Amino acid sequence: MIEKLDQVFILLRDWLVQFLPADWQAIAATVLNVIAIIAVFPTLFAIVTVMERKGLGRMQNRFGPNRVGPFGLFQPVADGIKALTKEDVVPLCADTVVHFLAPLVLVVAVFMGFSVLPMGRNMVLADMDAGLLFFFAMGASTELSVFMAGWSSRNKYSLLGAMRAVAQMISYEVPLLMSSLAAVMTAGSLSLSRIVDAQNRYTFGLPHWYVFTPWGFAGLVLFSIAAMAETNRSPFDLPEGESEIVAGYFTEYSGFKFALFFLGEYVGMFSIAGLGATLFLGGWSAPLAILKWVPSWIWFFGKLMVAMCLFIWIRGTMPRLRQDQLMNFAWKFVIPMTLVNLLVAALWRFIGPGWTRWVVCWAILIGVYVLMGETILRKRHLGPRSYRYAE
Amino acid sequence: MTPVFCIVALFTLAGGLAAVTLKNTVHCALALTVALAGLALFFLRLDAQFVGFAQILIYIGAVAILVVFAILLTRSSEPEASGGIVSSRWLAGVIIAAAVFAVLGWAILRSAPALAHESAAPAVTVHQIGTALMGRYVLPLEIVALLLTSALIGAVIVAMHENGSAK
Repeated sequence: MIEKLDQVFILLRDWLVQFLPADWQAIAATVLNVIAIIAVFPTLFAIVTVMERKGLGRMQNRFGPNRVGPFGLFQPVADGIKALTKEDVVPLCADTVVHFLAPLVLVVAVFMGFSVLPMGRNMVLADMDAGLLFFFAMGASTELSVFMAGWSSRNKYSLLGAMRAVAQMISYEVPLLMSSLAAVMTAGSLSLSRIVDAQNRYTFGLPHWYVFTPWGFAGLVLFSIAAMAETNRSPFDLPEGESEIVAGYFTEYSGFKFALFFLGEYVGMFSIAGLGATLFLGGWSAPLAILKWVPSWIWFFGKLMVAMCLFIWIRGTMPRLRQDQLMNFAWKFVIPMTLVNLLVAALWRFIGPGWTRWVVCWAILIGVYVLMGETILRKRHLGPRSYRYAE
Repeated sequence: MTPVFCIVALFTLAGGLAAVTLKNTVHCALALTVALAGLALFFLRLDAQFVGFAQILIYIGAVAILVVFAILLTRSSEPEASGGIVSSRWLAGVIIAAAVFAVLGWAILRSAPALAHESAAPAVTVHQIGTALMGRYVLPLEIVALLLTSALIGAVIVAMHENGSAK
């Protein structure tokens, strides 16, 4: 029974497929997998938007949406209908074709990332040998769509927003890649299902998740910082800084195209949170050996939702960074830390089991962190802010 | 000549042609991206996962962005009023293109008999590529790494403020 519950979606798919002729079964199974992904994540997007607005409301001492349905739970339905029925305004001077293509490219590229994420035992659309590389290749393609959106709008705010977004995404792609490399080095594979398998072991009922090692913990923190910047999430949401550049690269989008950008942003957050959970938090594996009977997909989506809550929490509590702070932080702190972390991961592997590696690895990580914080802060004159271009 | 091959080839060729015929430079860059994506799909169709994904990651994620930024930062992307898309020195361009094509074709045709004894479809996994890069080809890899690092440092020095207050 428990086995069946764990594999319920696979069994359901196989049951549906068996009604078709034998030649079509493989194709139909893939199509069903794709439909499942395209159905589940926008639904999750709808749930998370309510959660975010309610949560932010709570943090800001107000109610949040409470008009549509019980406790405002049907707000996303109303929002969806509004987005569908709104007029689609395209600026007169805009580059119509590129303007139209940009949101489509973004959403397609973002959804492609899910094809390699293992969302449960046997629940991966394409178990590729180079799965992680595929994920990052798709993530890199979203930068171009952001640029297309900003440039084709023929609007200075849009172009500025796109420039900011692309610069930020390129800068933080480096730490994102390098912090995940530590997990790849230890698991010895780029295939995400094999990385999960490597973590799905238990000692004394506790899992072998990478987050419970020094380099894994540092890696997860660095990965989360880079992921937040990569998805243009607060406190790194300068590309859409409302107070400066209206709404950044999607200023000139309205109606359903705007909704597509919104969807792309959230689905991108889901996929990157799923990747973080897969690399450092054991993917679909249970947090305790005695909880192994709970279906694996519950753990994956549970970790995803915890990550989303963290994203929302940080959005509600952190102030937005300035552009130079953002870049300095990436190139002077996060990237050196990821390099050190790679070194520590290698040490961890070659020192071998025992308490020595715990002491050495923690000592290096904390030492470098403190040293770097000291040197960066010493040059910084903490005091009243001085402006170069404004008074 | 499967249907998939035909579709991908059509997209790649159309992207390549558009890249040289369109008037707006940013459109050219975007068309070039389509052609590069088509090439990546060809690599994937040949079961070369690593090369295919690296093509997407590097050429679409980095080179295309670099090209559009270079266009935006250097001059207006608007087409110039005078003259068509055909340069006055088109003959030289045709000759160079034909020469490059001839060299590439010659190299490919010559390499075919040399590899005759290879198995039809060598299955190369990412693991093997990694082992080869870290083992047999570690020296070229390190040299490239050194070159790229020095290029990075050079770029930072070029972009730094003259008076030394790099802030």
